[in-house]
Amino acid sequence: MATKTFSVAKLPGFTTTAIIVFIALYLPIFTLVAYSFNASQSVAVWGGFSWDWYGKAWANDQVKDATLRSLIIAVSAALISTAVATMAALGTTRRKAFKGQTFIYVMINQPLMVPEIVTAVALLIMFGIIKQATGIQGLGYVIFAHAAFCIPFAYLPIRARLEGMDLSLETAAADLYATPWQTFRHVTLPLLLPGVIAGAMLAFVISLDDVVITEFVKSGGQDTLPTYMLGQMRRQLTPEINAISSMLLALTVVLLTAFFLLTRKND
Amino acid sequence: MTQNTAVEARHAVKAFGQGDNAVRALDDVSIEIRKGEFFTLLGPSGCGKTTLLRLIAGFEMPTSGTILLDGQDITYLPPNQRPVNTVFQSYALFPHLTVAQNVGFGLQMQGRPKAEVKETVARMLALVKLEPMANRKTSQLSGGQQQRVALARALAPKPKVLLLDEPLSALDLKLRKEMQIELKRLQTETGITFVFVTHDQEEALTMSDRIGVMSAGKLQQIGAPKDIYTRPVNRFVASFIGETNFLPATAEAGAARLATGDLIDLPGLAGSGHVTVTVRPEQVRLVETTDPGAIAATVKSMVYFGTDTHCYMALKDGTEVVARLQSPATGEAGLQQGQQVGLRFAPGAAQIVED
Repeated sequence: MATKTFSVAKLPGFTTTAIIVFIALYLPIFTLVAYSFNASQSVAVWGGFSWDWYGKAWANDQVKDATLRSLIIAVSAALISTAVATMAALGTTRRKAFKGQTFIYVMINQPLMVPEIVTAVALLIMFGIIKQATGIQGLGYVIFAHAAFCIPFAYLPIRARLEGMDLSLETAAADLYATPWQTFRHVTLPLLLPGVIAGAMLAFVISLDDVVITEFVKSGGQDTLPTYMLGQMRRQLTPEINAISSMLLALTVVLLTAFFLLTRKND
Repeated sequence: MTQNTAVEARHAVKAFGQGDNAVRALDDVSIEIRKGEFFTLLGPSGCGKTTLLRLIAGFEMPTSGTILLDGQDITYLPPNQRPVNTVFQSYALFPHLTVAQNVGFGLQMQGRPKAEVKETVARMLALVKLEPMANRKTSQLSGGQQQRVALARALAPKPKVLLLDEPLSALDLKLRKEMQIELKRLQTETGITFVFVTHDQEEALTMSDRIGVMSAGKLQQIGAPKDIYTRPVNRFVASFIGETNFLPATAEAGAARLATGDLIDLPGLAGSGHVTVTVRPEQVRLVETTDPGAIAATVKSMVYFGTDTHCYMALKDGTEVVARLQSPATGEAGLQQGQQVGLRFAPGAAQIVED
């Protein structure tokens, strides 16, 4: 070795540690997926290979119902929170520094720090009051709750992208006769898009797997996939749960891959 | 304001900051830029030249004063409503668009018909010799090519004035020389008024029809390159544009007396008191010490520059004077350190400048 630069990778035991960490991260997931093909009734005892649980999950009306609801909520929450987060990001980066800017920045990101259970109880109480007063029921409450806690997740990648953008591009657009709206539409938004997509996907995934807030806010018959699975665990555990989890995992992996390819192409 | 004026600034002031901390980036600048001329704003960084450009472009509003374009008050008009385009120092090309889309951006925003946009883009790309690159992304181009795209993009909407903010500073020396010629050609071919900002005096001298020299937020002098170089109004202009000698002297009728007692003819000079005489190094001649009217000096050092040799000398009172002598064929100027020489200034070369 010509130069003696410090490298973590050269420390003794680095490879062993890395292998242990990766096993800890992925072995449970691997086991989950493997046992979704279990022919036996047990989630822990291997009884041969079978697609049965996927078939059962697919044919289960409750699962279909919960999945559809989860998707409706996640798509709505992702769209709403991304739109709000985009505006928030533009408002906190595309103007001169103003008094209380840090305070607003903290306020936007605070939901990341507040224990989810506190938010859940708070929403339960607030929605209870609103329902009492107006008599309005429906899925809107769950969507609203999801959209709210997804905002900081959508905000962070969008803001990061905006901060890395060359401001002179917007000046150049204005110089070339673009109105403020045209500048946003033809320059800012296209350049911001990878950040917006990343924010939307993050919000979608966060919404899709939320249990705590959904469990508190939902009314009867408003089970999402995660709350349905939680309910099933209380009764009997079959590899059907593994099959559902594996399909959720597959969806996430597909989304992440799509996002990776999208952003790489754009840069 | 005459029919011939393209842009005019009247008593433009731009202050940054508040109260006592306010800094005047532009301090009461009035200037008239003529139609079809290549006008250069020249000055060191922080002199206010870019601020003036940004006021004309509409990126900043003046604290007070007026900006006129073709006689119309545009002081508070937003940039997208001004028929003025800018070539940015960083080029600011849109990375998500192709070369052709970049060039057509202004026309597209103006809502021109598609056929016209296409035709103009093709003509502009031909003008800057970039036709084969039309469908490339701008990131795939070299620095010089990006510069040409920025030029084509700013020229495409046929602005009344083209503003150029140190556009050549990011290029290497050879490319910069090529682009200087290219810019001059484009200006002549299009007939558009160019307002060019630079800190490079050589660039300003070779390209401009007129130069406005700026310092500390004020316009020091406006004039043709020759006037600015041969008749600088003050010490700043004289020293910023080219090298020069400054000699302290006392004014007499028709002449200035140096501290050494030597007399320099300056027809028209009157009065008394302290004045500063300036002489360009290439106007200083070395003569025999016995030559009548020669100023006695001692050679301090010689520096060889190829085409010419700089001879640094001291007068009797210690004032330093540099002469730029054409290098002889052998490269040896035949002067030694400590040698006594005589100096003469070329007729009309000596000037009085304000301090």
